[in-house]
Amino acid sequence: MASEYSPSEMMAVVAARELRDGEVVFVGIGLPNLACNLARATHAPNLMLIYESGAVGAVPERLPVSIGDPALVTGSLMVCSMADVFQLFLQNGRIEVGFLGGAQIDRYGNINTTVVGKYERPTVRLPGSGGAAEIAIHARRTLIISRLNARAFPDRVDFVTSPGQRCAGRTRKELGMPGAGPVKIVTDKGILEADPETGEMVLTALYPGVTVDEVRSGVGWPLRISEPLHQAVEPPTARELMLLREVLDPKRLFLKG
Amino acid sequence: MISKVRSMRDAIAEHVRDGDTVVIEGFTHLICFAAGHEIIRQRRRDLTICRLTPDLIYDQMIAAGCARKLVFSWAGNPGAGSLHAFRRAIEQGDPPLDIEEYSHFGMVARMSAGAARLPFWVMRDYMGTDLPVANPRIRTVVCPYTGEVLATVPALNPDVTIIHAQRADAAGNTQVWGLLGVQKEAAFASKRVIVVVEELVDESVIRADPNRTLIPGMIVSAVVVEPWGAHPSYAQGYYDRDNDFYVSWEPISRDPKKLQAYLDEFVYGVPDRQAYLVTQPGLVERLKADTRPCEAVSYGF
Repeated sequence: MASEYSPSEMMAVVAARELRDGEVVFVGIGLPNLACNLARATHAPNLMLIYESGAVGAVPERLPVSIGDPALVTGSLMVCSMADVFQLFLQNGRIEVGFLGGAQIDRYGNINTTVVGKYERPTVRLPGSGGAAEIAIHARRTLIISRLNARAFPDRVDFVTSPGQRCAGRTRKELGMPGAGPVKIVTDKGILEADPETGEMVLTALYPGVTVDEVRSGVGWPLRISEPLHQAVEPPTARELMLLREVLDPKRLFLKG
Repeated sequence: MISKVRSMRDAIAEHVRDGDTVVIEGFTHLICFAAGHEIIRQRRRDLTICRLTPDLIYDQMIAAGCARKLVFSWAGNPGAGSLHAFRRAIEQGDPPLDIEEYSHFGMVARMSAGAARLPFWVMRDYMGTDLPVANPRIRTVVCPYTGEVLATVPALNPDVTIIHAQRADAAGNTQVWGLLGVQKEAAFASKRVIVVVEELVDESVIRADPNRTLIPGMIVSAVVVEPWGAHPSYAQGYYDRDNDFYVSWEPISRDPKKLQAYLDEFVYGVPDRQAYLVTQPGLVERLKADTRPCEAVSYGF
């Protein structure tokens, strides 16, 4: 067991462990990409990485810094058009895991990557959906990776870009969404999971040395704690840290902090 | 066969007009900065510019005053920050810019409908999101077979689509490899198509590998030969993406004065792409792609 690691290293490791060998994953740039390639280098060598740019079965030799990095193409199993990505893979139901993040994530896992403030004249204009809306709708399950802080985790997001477990009071089933939506949020302090009954995000696991109060202060709604609460998520192993630091992100582009 | 080969200046002058709906496609890969710069140089105005990812080139066109409206699905500087000219337009109205916003699937579907000359495209999408509230052109239809309520987006039929590619012949038969994005749909949806290529090849090269042809010459209006015309985007097998430039765009676009100085030096200050390349020393050393050929297949019968 390694003694020192950063919050982003822990998030990448925890997310990697969520992936099962052989699963088909829709990969995003940054920590999701690191998590997927860490899983591929450890317990899930047959993980199938699909990037929204059209690279299927990608085996990037270098850290991709953009979703359309040429290294995703070299040596991949298939390169297809984006119409194929969204229709033949995602809408077809072939994607088992999707990764999302966002500027705001609310109590039901709704994600906002569109605007802070009002849509017409926002305080901060964010990039928008990209493929996130349809990933949240179609992936069989979605994992969110995000650092906790009360502004980023409001009770309600300013704009629902990607639907969570409940949108304006209606369930995913009522709205006709094929996928299970965001089932887990991997944060820098612990793991939140969607309550199967209510869809509310509930604290289910704490990282080593973190208190419940620290998590509570990073969430903008009265956070429920699961019983029992998993008190000590395994920290990164020496091998996981070596892979992240020396192989996957040696320049620490996505691992800083 | 009549050659469609033109200079970039002539192709833009002839095919891109004030008020046009313009698509310069390419998802990270093969974004034609050379064409965007020529549109800025020729001071086109009131354009409706459409792309999934506006990227740096549309940030520059917005800053240069070319655009009246932006149609898009993800407006960021991937991995590096924001498109600040776009953000200033939306957050401060400087300059005023209309927007029409979809998700990637929605933009792809709009171009698919346009390419098939259908009025709209059907998809299972947008339930639970606020996107249809922000954009009333995202609607629904009841399936006449199952009764399911499905999302619809309207066809996009641009006046002109500009595609960068590895190679084409003089008639515009265009071959692409690596990431394909939505270029085929965008080209077929468009009234006019300009193809910009790294290399002009003989028709026999195209005919030797017809499966690699993405866009047939029959829908192409003009062919421009412009090596390194996608820089700082990339062309698989030719040159890598200039990720350092994408990172450096963050402080440039954040400051309107620096952005204007950038345009003055690298767009208005040069007559064409060849002159631009002179201002970028060391590109070959930094970015030229290594060689990884694939084995040829047999088309015999």
